[in-house]
Amino acid sequence: MLRITGGKVYDPLHGIDGQIRDICIHDGKVVDSVDGGRTIDASGMVVFPGGVDVHTHVAGGSINFARAMTPEDHRRTVAFIRSQTTRSGLGGMAPTTFATGYLYAGMGWTTVNEAAVPILSAKHTHEELRDVPIVDKSCCVLMANNEILLDLLEQGEMERARHLVAWQIWAAKAYGVKAVNPGGVAAWKWGNDAKQMAETVPGYTSLTPAKIVTGLAQIIDELGLPHPIHLHCNNLGAPGNISTTLETMKSLDGRRAHMAHLQYHSYGGDDWSTMRSEAPAMAEYFNQQKNLTCDAGAVLFGDTVTITADGPWQHLLYKLTGRKWGNLDVENETGCGIVPYTYRPSNLVNAVQWAVGLELLLLIDDPWRIFLTTDHPNGACFWRYPEIIQLLMCRDFRQECVTQLSEKARERVHLPDIDREYSRFEIAIITSAGPAKALGMPNKGHLGAGADADVVVYDEDEDIARMFGHPRYVIKGGEIVIEEGDIRATPEGREFLVQPSFDREIEDFLRPLFEETYTMSFENYPVEMHRIERPEISECIDVST
Amino acid sequence: MSQVTLRLKQTPDVPLEAENITPDVLSDLPHDEIRALKLQLGKRTFRIDEFFEVEGERSDQVELHGDLKRVKWLGRGMTRGRLVVHGDTGMHLGALMKGGEIDVHGSAGDWVGAEMKGGLIHVRGDAGGQVGAAYRGATVGMKNGTILIDGCAGLETGMRMKKGTIVVGGVVKDFGGLQMKGGNIVMLSGAEIRTGAWMVRGTIISMLPLKLLPTFRYSCDYNPGFLTLFARQLNRLGVSLPVSAAAGVYQLFSGDCSVPGKGEILVWQPH
Repeated sequence: MLRITGGKVYDPLHGIDGQIRDICIHDGKVVDSVDGGRTIDASGMVVFPGGVDVHTHVAGGSINFARAMTPEDHRRTVAFIRSQTTRSGLGGMAPTTFATGYLYAGMGWTTVNEAAVPILSAKHTHEELRDVPIVDKSCCVLMANNEILLDLLEQGEMERARHLVAWQIWAAKAYGVKAVNPGGVAAWKWGNDAKQMAETVPGYTSLTPAKIVTGLAQIIDELGLPHPIHLHCNNLGAPGNISTTLETMKSLDGRRAHMAHLQYHSYGGDDWSTMRSEAPAMAEYFNQQKNLTCDAGAVLFGDTVTITADGPWQHLLYKLTGRKWGNLDVENETGCGIVPYTYRPSNLVNAVQWAVGLELLLLIDDPWRIFLTTDHPNGACFWRYPEIIQLLMCRDFRQECVTQLSEKARERVHLPDIDREYSRFEIAIITSAGPAKALGMPNKGHLGAGADADVVVYDEDEDIARMFGHPRYVIKGGEIVIEEGDIRATPEGREFLVQPSFDREIEDFLRPLFEETYTMSFENYPVEMHRIERPEISECIDVST
Repeated sequence: MSQVTLRLKQTPDVPLEAENITPDVLSDLPHDEIRALKLQLGKRTFRIDEFFEVEGERSDQVELHGDLKRVKWLGRGMTRGRLVVHGDTGMHLGALMKGGEIDVHGSAGDWVGAEMKGGLIHVRGDAGGQVGAAYRGATVGMKNGTILIDGCAGLETGMRMKKGTIVVGGVVKDFGGLQMKGGNIVMLSGAEIRTGAWMVRGTIISMLPLKLLPTFRYSCDYNPGFLTLFARQLNRLGVSLPVSAAAGVYQLFSGDCSVPGKGEILVWQPH
């Protein structure tokens, strides 16, 4: 039992905007009142619901490849030394598993969604998620380049495709479905890409990226997944790609979707030298589309490592940088590319990217539909979120940062003209309440009775980045995990799954195809339930209403 | 002149991590505090005086005695002073050093002067692999400074070095100058195979004929002007390089064409 008294509470779901409230916790849940137990005096402090990261890459084959590829970063980063409560680990651009949990919890984030999991490496992902302590987890399975599924979509066998998608979600023990560069990664295996929504995907006779997107979105709605299609559009990172993104949004035709890292999809211009921000046009269109949510995928200047299932883009990035490049080809399912990268304010393209992420956050008017992410580790590492909060909450600081951009870059962006400043209430929405709602997790992102007792208590501080980077207390599931800057407990988090219903006969269809083309046996393919640490199966919902 | 002397009492069973043994650290400390400095042995932490007999205090002139083959990181990141070792040393000698001088009367392990930025390291015996190299994953090795190895040097000598000089008296093992980006490697007794593989820039000078990769192209015979200056500088360090056109000529090979690179390998041909 625990009571947090006297703090200024920010609970957007219940409209509480800085009023003094007591938060009572019993048995891992927020309750109306408690008798006895410890009391934390939070007078003069700020109380938030635990942060929720809707899109991050923290476990599995790709991030592990990134770790292996960047030993030079491991040497210079802060090390976690083994202690009574913590395992050893390394922070940096691609933190190790245990350190990932400590770093997320250390800044008050208590739920994370691993955004890209191929079924073939789902076992590995879940093993790693198991080793990410404290935070609750979920993951999205990669679908839009799965060749067995693409064949069904091309043939128009939507019924069978739906059973296949449901089977694959359960096989991967996933929570949602991610589509990365629909058709493009399949084409990459032929040395091509899919950049136009209406053009046939190389290797197919009539299938287009638009058909893949709409087919998957429809199936996901029919299955009633709590989180809609998690969409990484075609043509990521390319100048002028806003047209592709808008076309994708239009092709959804009012269906639910979450647009991942929208920053990377909102550029104008014809080539690298003319690239400019199209954030206002994107925000204007997005504001009208109430069926959509998005996350920022903001960029911060500095070193990072980029990882994505978008193989063709990563090959291009490697050619541009001349640095290291890792490429994974995941049989019939997807691909993956890894390139260490440094974002520099002096680089025109990087400057535009930095501005676009912030512009989207500031120009999209409904904070319930845009969330704070950096597409960790692609735009920046997740532990730099407090820096973005500072940029959003403090116009003067933002303008000061704009001055480090070149004159040429400042002409290509709109950030200098934007005066909006986020309030704490809005920060609580984009970091917690909003993403929890988009993920369809009713017990996350708020502090009402029945919510999971994930609570963060910050000291009020003029320095916003310091305030949000160093919470005074972090409570996860009712347990105090961070106190006075120290990690006090490292409980294991839960994993959220969904179990959409499917016809078992889909296995009779799948098995011969699988045995013909895959390198593993069919029986070994699905992830067994016992590999999931503390699973929690979420109900599917009725989306038609 | 005052001096700090450390004598190893016994060779440790596993490598002892001694990055505290540098002139920078010892120069400001009284005797007691030097004795209390920490060393890491596996996962345990020890005091220096549990492994060394300590004499002297407050000096950047440091002398070490004993079989230090399992003592790593001596002189790590040092910026000044002089470290003299009578005996063999372990890995990472003078790694990341910025200035000062290290003189080893014995042999050294791998990674001598790795990613160093300045200063002088003289190993009178042999050195292990990766002399002046970049650590795994890093793009740039030594950025400046001088490393003299009187004996042989191991694999990947000067790997990804960008500037500075390495002189090896004995034979250099495979992959000398691997992915070199600049600087000079002087091979007084030639090298084994794959010298200069993937080199982009920089100069390798060999006194003996080399078995070169097919991606190096013979360009010409000549006596480069800069060698006169370079030889004069090396002469001060006790290394003599032939420069007289009367005595011979250098064959220039350029490569590595597979990268493609603009590196040069000069091979001395006496008349």
